[in-house]
Amino acid sequence: MSVTHGTQTTAGPVPGPTPPEATEATGSHRPDPAAMAAVIAAARTALPPGGVVDDHIRLRTYECDGLTNYKVTPALVVLPETAEQVAAVVRACSEHGVPFVARGSGTGLSGGALPRADGVLIVTARMRAIRQVRPEDQRAVVEPGVINLDVTRAATPAGYYYAPDPSSQQICSIGGNLAENSGGAHCLKYGFTTNHVLGAEFVTPQGEIVQLGGSAPDAPGYDLLGTVVGSEGTLGIATAVTVRLVRLPEDVRTLLAGFESTDHAGAATSAIIGAGIVPAAIEMMDALAIEAAEAATHCGYPAGAGAVLVIELDGARAEVEHELAEVERLCRDNGAFALRVATDPVERALIWKGRKSAFAAVGRISPDYIVQDGVIPRTALPEVLRAIAELSSSSGVRVANVFHAGDGNLHPLVLFDDSVEGAGEAAEKVSGAILDLCISHGGSITGEHGVGIDKAAYMPRMFSDADLDTMQLVRCAFDPGGVANPGKIFPTPRLCGEVPGRRKGAHPLVEAGLAEAF
Amino acid sequence: MAAPTADVDLEGARSALASVCDDVVEATAEDGVDGVQPALVARPRSTAEVAEVLRAAAAHHLAVIPRGRGTKLTWGRPPERADLVVDLSRMSTVLDHAAGDLIVDVEAGTPLADVQRAVTGAGQRLAIDDPVGASTVGGALATNLSGPGRVMSGTARDLLIGVTVVRADGTVATAGGRVVKNVAGYDLGKLVIGSLGTLAVVTRAVFRLHPLPTARRYVTASAERPEDAQRLVQAVLHAQVVPAALEVDRPADGPATVGVLLEGTPAGIEERTATALRLLGDGAVAADQPPPGWGYFPWADLAARAGDRRPTALKVTFALSGLARVLAVARTAVQETGARLDLRGSAGAGVLYGALPPDTDPAAVRAVVERVRPVSIELGGALVVVDAPAQVKAAVDVWGPVPALDLMRRVKDQFDPERRLAPGRFVGGI
Repeated sequence: MSVTHGTQTTAGPVPGPTPPEATEATGSHRPDPAAMAAVIAAARTALPPGGVVDDHIRLRTYECDGLTNYKVTPALVVLPETAEQVAAVVRACSEHGVPFVARGSGTGLSGGALPRADGVLIVTARMRAIRQVRPEDQRAVVEPGVINLDVTRAATPAGYYYAPDPSSQQICSIGGNLAENSGGAHCLKYGFTTNHVLGAEFVTPQGEIVQLGGSAPDAPGYDLLGTVVGSEGTLGIATAVTVRLVRLPEDVRTLLAGFESTDHAGAATSAIIGAGIVPAAIEMMDALAIEAAEAATHCGYPAGAGAVLVIELDGARAEVEHELAEVERLCRDNGAFALRVATDPVERALIWKGRKSAFAAVGRISPDYIVQDGVIPRTALPEVLRAIAELSSSSGVRVANVFHAGDGNLHPLVLFDDSVEGAGEAAEKVSGAILDLCISHGGSITGEHGVGIDKAAYMPRMFSDADLDTMQLVRCAFDPGGVANPGKIFPTPRLCGEVPGRRKGAHPLVEAGLAEAF
Repeated sequence: MAAPTADVDLEGARSALASVCDDVVEATAEDGVDGVQPALVARPRSTAEVAEVLRAAAAHHLAVIPRGRGTKLTWGRPPERADLVVDLSRMSTVLDHAAGDLIVDVEAGTPLADVQRAVTGAGQRLAIDDPVGASTVGGALATNLSGPGRVMSGTARDLLIGVTVVRADGTVATAGGRVVKNVAGYDLGKLVIGSLGTLAVVTRAVFRLHPLPTARRYVTASAERPEDAQRLVQAVLHAQVVPAALEVDRPADGPATVGVLLEGTPAGIEERTATALRLLGDGAVAADQPPPGWGYFPWADLAARAGDRRPTALKVTFALSGLARVLAVARTAVQETGARLDLRGSAGAGVLYGALPPDTDPAAVRAVVERVRPVSIELGGALVVVDAPAQVKAAVDVWGPVPALDLMRRVKDQFDPERRLAPGRFVGGI
């Protein structure tokens, strides 16, 4: 099985279609030997033995992130342990015009941590200390390599947790979450990483260490922290992160509702939101996704359902009880033929197991698949789902739908068999057409997976040249030399005027055919 | 008042502006920006017209001050120059309220109150409080305005999902969109929030909305000493009662009051009110109406006096467990200086506002600032002089130390290389 833009990494040859820009944006030319030698020397001076990797076999283990159809072997990998070590490597990169890419756990789904063949991959796996857990301040300070779920584990004894919960939370890192502004099933009520990161110690692309934000809110000056969160590693590297801890709710209730069709499930979702209820999560799965989940996990989803909703309510017990009764009524009113409320943590876990394993479970019904990530206004759900169904039937490409229904974040799984001639291309086409549907309905090309290398080409469909140019003013302020994760997010880099340093001749981006001087 | 910028060809600028905008007038004394007299006021009607106005302003090297209703135009430092006020009051339309999607799309000159009126019929609200009154969306964004509700719903940065701005050179740019969940591209909305008009002119904003609660209850209790206030605040924070707001109000001449706002349903609120009463201890009372002053800055009463006799307004931030230290050091500072200091704010978010009367000796204000600021910094926060009479602004360091200031200057240089947008109002003279 191979997964493109998927949650699993598999060995073997590059699956699926190879996107055209991949080679250019990831450094087609070989590293400048003298520059790279200088960076290696600086890295060896700054880092402990074993922190610098330059043998080809080990370098290859870093050739991709969670988007496995793009693979590039980095010229150098470093495993720093401190902010100063990160800064030393970055400073050397900046001085010698060598690109660098930051990587946490490598679970990203848009290729944000795809290495550069002519650059350095800075891996935060050795920066895993939870420095402080301060329930009295509702804050924790953690290093970027700390696993998302470990923050919650550290805070739970004091009655707190870290709210953003991407489905990879057992392995993904806080640094990666910050770079991607990760979401999760519960962001409907609790928001995204950007709402939960209060401060960061941050290494700029020129190797300065700066403090952005802090324990208290509303730091004076521009909200650079808010700008950095979600910038996909193109503005620098966080080396310590101050996060908000949220009090564990008094009560959590999870409900599973089976519907005849996605239209009914969508109507129930609208009714719940319309009633002024903000559940912690509302997840929807269609028949094909249910079939896959059931085959994989025997999660006991209602037989014959055309759609299920997983609805979670949390908060003060007195409110949750009332909301639960209301949600059950609204589901029934909108045609739910089966309702199950988890009465204990085991049952709750089983309901979630079906949902959380859905991506992987699709592997049981299809040898290959693409995980798409797009957003639509929630009210457009029925219309867009019908359009996806039409796309599917006219192309013969099966699409399983799993999504965060509460906020209109779709994760269509586009199924194909790569051993069939042309199947990958057909799937890629359907996947792209789904993004076009999102854009034409006023939505977004990505709700939580990021743009990375995967969707840079789609950015001009969502934003004007002036929009992209304006965003890149920020890039020029942070990274005038264009060394921080170049080739990601923006299809056409902007040149930033005078670049500090000793570079002569044409700008490397111009030489590489990636940019025009304007 | 300071004279207009010397090397500006005002006649040429005026006719260029008039050719792109049908409402360009001479500025009057009322258009003064914190003691600086602009020459012209333009009131464009659309984003496109703002772009034309800013292009004309760029061609004539005009320093530009964006303005909503002008309720917070004296916040920050006085601008170094002010030639043209770009007044957004004609851009005051709620463009779209998609109730089913819980979003609202508005022009920046729209008063917050009008936004609330437009969405309340659907049982919704924009969760940005207006402690000043009469603030516009653009003004609220530029000053990062917030009130008690921030404990539950956050601030503008948590609610703004799409923004359209016009750059100093007239370029129109949009970031974000109309959906709550969206990670495509840089979040430029974050940059303009709190930027006092120094990066770009915001012309349009899209916000996520929240449902209005069907029941509300205020539970308050008196707290004699700073550590009592902290104990009560911590008790509420660590309970599971889910406060919508958690305020402390300590007037200069009385003990502090800790106030909890509970929002929910009639069915759920009784039990939570009982819990909150228990947490706040003997003497706690519950009411359907807010206590006096709730939702207003502590300088609201003092500010009734007009002109430059305005009070000094402070904003102090701190890690949540530092509340007692902040209250204590503020009291010490008052005792040392003889100044009168009212404090009020979101103790549950680590934010307190302070007010000193207009006639306070600038040296006393400076002494208070210099006493309290190091404590707030030690507690991970900052002390900013939000607004003050001219002689106070001249006597104190308004912003205090600002980490990453060099990076902020570089951002400013990229967006406004000629330093024509509200020059000097912001941190480090940005």
